Amino acid sequence: MTTLAIVNARLLDPASDYDGPGAVLIQDGRIARVIHGSAPDLTADETVDAAGLCLAPGLIDIRVKTGEPGAEPKETLKSASLAAAAGGVTTIVVQPDTEPAVDDPAMIDFIQRRGAALNLVNVRAAGAATKALDGQRMAEIGLMDEAGALYFTDGDRVITNSRTLQRVMSYAAAFNALIACRPADPWLTEGAVAASGELATRLGLSGSPAIAERIGLERDLALVEQTGARFLVDQISTEGALETLARARAKGLDVAVSVSINHLCFNEVDIGDYRTFYRLDPPLRTEADRQALIEAVREGLIDVITSAHAPAPAEDKRRPFAEAAPGAVGLETLLPAALSLHHQDGLDLLDVLRPLTHGPAALLGLDAGVLADGAPADLILFDPGAPVVIDADRLRSKSKNSPFDGRRLQGRVAATFVAGRKVFET
Amino acid sequence: MTQPHAVAEQTIHERLIPFPKAHFLAASDLNPFVTPRLLDLADAFVDFNRQSSKALDVLHGRTVVNLFFENSTRTSSSFEIAAKRLGADVVTMPVASSSVKKGETLIDTAVTLNAMKPDILVVRHSASGAAELLSQKVGCAVVNAGDGRHEHPTQALLDLLSMRRAFGDVTSLTVAICGDITHSRVARSNVALLQMMGARVRLIGPPTLVPGDADRWGCEVFHDMREGLQGCDVVMMLRLQLERMAGALVPSTREYFRFWGLDREKLAWAAPGVRVMHPGPMNRGVEIDSDVADDLSVSLIQDQVEMGVAARMAVLASLAQREDAR
Repeated sequence: MTTLAIVNARLLDPASDYDGPGAVLIQDGRIARVIHGSAPDLTADETVDAAGLCLAPGLIDIRVKTGEPGAEPKETLKSASLAAAAGGVTTIVVQPDTEPAVDDPAMIDFIQRRGAALNLVNVRAAGAATKALDGQRMAEIGLMDEAGALYFTDGDRVITNSRTLQRVMSYAAAFNALIACRPADPWLTEGAVAASGELATRLGLSGSPAIAERIGLERDLALVEQTGARFLVDQISTEGALETLARARAKGLDVAVSVSINHLCFNEVDIGDYRTFYRLDPPLRTEADRQALIEAVREGLIDVITSAHAPAPAEDKRRPFAEAAPGAVGLETLLPAALSLHHQDGLDLLDVLRPLTHGPAALLGLDAGVLADGAPADLILFDPGAPVVIDADRLRSKSKNSPFDGRRLQGRVAATFVAGRKVFET
Repeated sequence: MTQPHAVAEQTIHERLIPFPKAHFLAASDLNPFVTPRLLDLADAFVDFNRQSSKALDVLHGRTVVNLFFENSTRTSSSFEIAAKRLGADVVTMPVASSSVKKGETLIDTAVTLNAMKPDILVVRHSASGAAELLSQKVGCAVVNAGDGRHEHPTQALLDLLSMRRAFGDVTSLTVAICGDITHSRVARSNVALLQMMGARVRLIGPPTLVPGDADRWGCEVFHDMREGLQGCDVVMMLRLQLERMAGALVPSTREYFRFWGLDREKLAWAAPGVRVMHPGPMNRGVEIDSDVADDLSVSLIQDQVEMGVAARMAVLASLAQREDAR
């Protein structure tokens, strides 16, 4: 029975709204005691003096793509785990759109076992909502749920067949399983590679209109209302969709919503003259949309911020814009990128951290994401003001497609603990 | 006595100017000062091309590679003839049917070609931005011969040359560009270049074929031909890409022709002395009536083909001149 004390820290716990000095005592991988204010002398086998650094729950990233299984040159569970540890992410939820798709309990089991064997961060899995992500045949939601799948989604693919989605939602309700969908009208977004607007028109790129997201969301929410499913609106990106969501919540619908860090940090202008690292799905929107999303984070309307980690090797990105693979890596840059919302956009630190820790934990029913007695000792120590220059070549991900490459940000992870074990240290 | 051929050649050498940029990727690579001088040079090439002997040595020893990922006999031939008349060694790569199918990426192709040390790459590709991407990866000059729905800048230059020769001055012209604006790289390049040179540009087409924010391009937008054509000096018709009919952008070719196809009746709404243009190939009876297209008193369509070679000679010669000046 070993104990570890972390003292002289600035504790940041969004779950209890505590931001102040304190210390934490860890025993057998769990938090044994959280002390607010000046700590009495803690007796422990090992003591870490945080010297005023922030101590917060480890980040929980619920939207991480890996290449494993099927496309290991892009990213393996190991390289993703290393990137996560370095980024202060203590739990990753792997997306099911691999090759083959994660659509049966054996695949869920494979990912979790492989992740556990790495002994780095917590590796969990989301299962496919439909078999082979075909949008037609319901996957084994019950068995995958039993095997440990945290939620069910067809990833970037919209389930266009409303009857299928209705059945998936209705069936999942029996297991109290969470269903996540990207809101988009597939006909309006067909072939789109950028946000509709003057810039896309000038560059000759097919645009995705903002209303496509709203239309998709209206449909999904209507089905939620009918089926009573637990639902996550995955990757909201427009102001219009936020309004739709607010109306649904006012009606009493219990729906969660996530946003990618990229959509909080960049806007459509960043694609510049065809910079493919900014080719994302959904595409980067207008500055007004970005500001509305930041405001939604400030007001607590956003439950989860994700890295939307989507590794793509150079050969998939060094193509003409419309032909380049969408997506960006983000595990390792998630914290400094999120802290820019504090430094540049004036958000309170706890408001920034909440959708990265307590928000996803509460949504997925994990006991992590809090600084509380008995919770897993998944923690990060970080310096929120330390300047960093992102160098994509030095990222631990196998793919280096970071839109933050070369950006100056603030916030450095000093150490990452998973179950009380240090898995990363600067 | 000096031969007319020699006079033309001397004029060409006197008018040679370095291209303003290392590549010609978009109309915005030109500027209001250099464009008239490029057109002057192209004028000299027009005279030269009308003679029986058409061999020059402006690009002697240079290698021009035509890299057409999209089939286009007309543009490819125009560039090939232009380069050959300037004395270049020309290679036309059949990439539309070979390397792409083997899974080679555009960058791989570029790197391979670059190793063969060409001097000028002429590129057409179905993806917007492809020419710009190539220009970042090769050591030679790149000419955009059409990238997706983005730009086709040499087409805009040859159109401008055709207009200047027909009217003398383009600054006071009102030009209507009609048809499928949304999918047209010709329209984008022409809007930019014509506005740069002071012409007024109108866009006319059904709402499904005109971008919603086209009014922000500084153009007047019309959905009615009668209104849009009033007072226009030039009517530039665009090809209706018939494959887009399946996308229900317009209900039928006959309905399209009824409202937006150019015939004598609609042409009468334009200014007296109006001239008609079309980048080709034409869908006769869809966007333009043969009666108008073939009437040499109003149509500049054949002139555009001739000016295409001269304008491209001017671009290739100027790009080489820039290299020489470095």
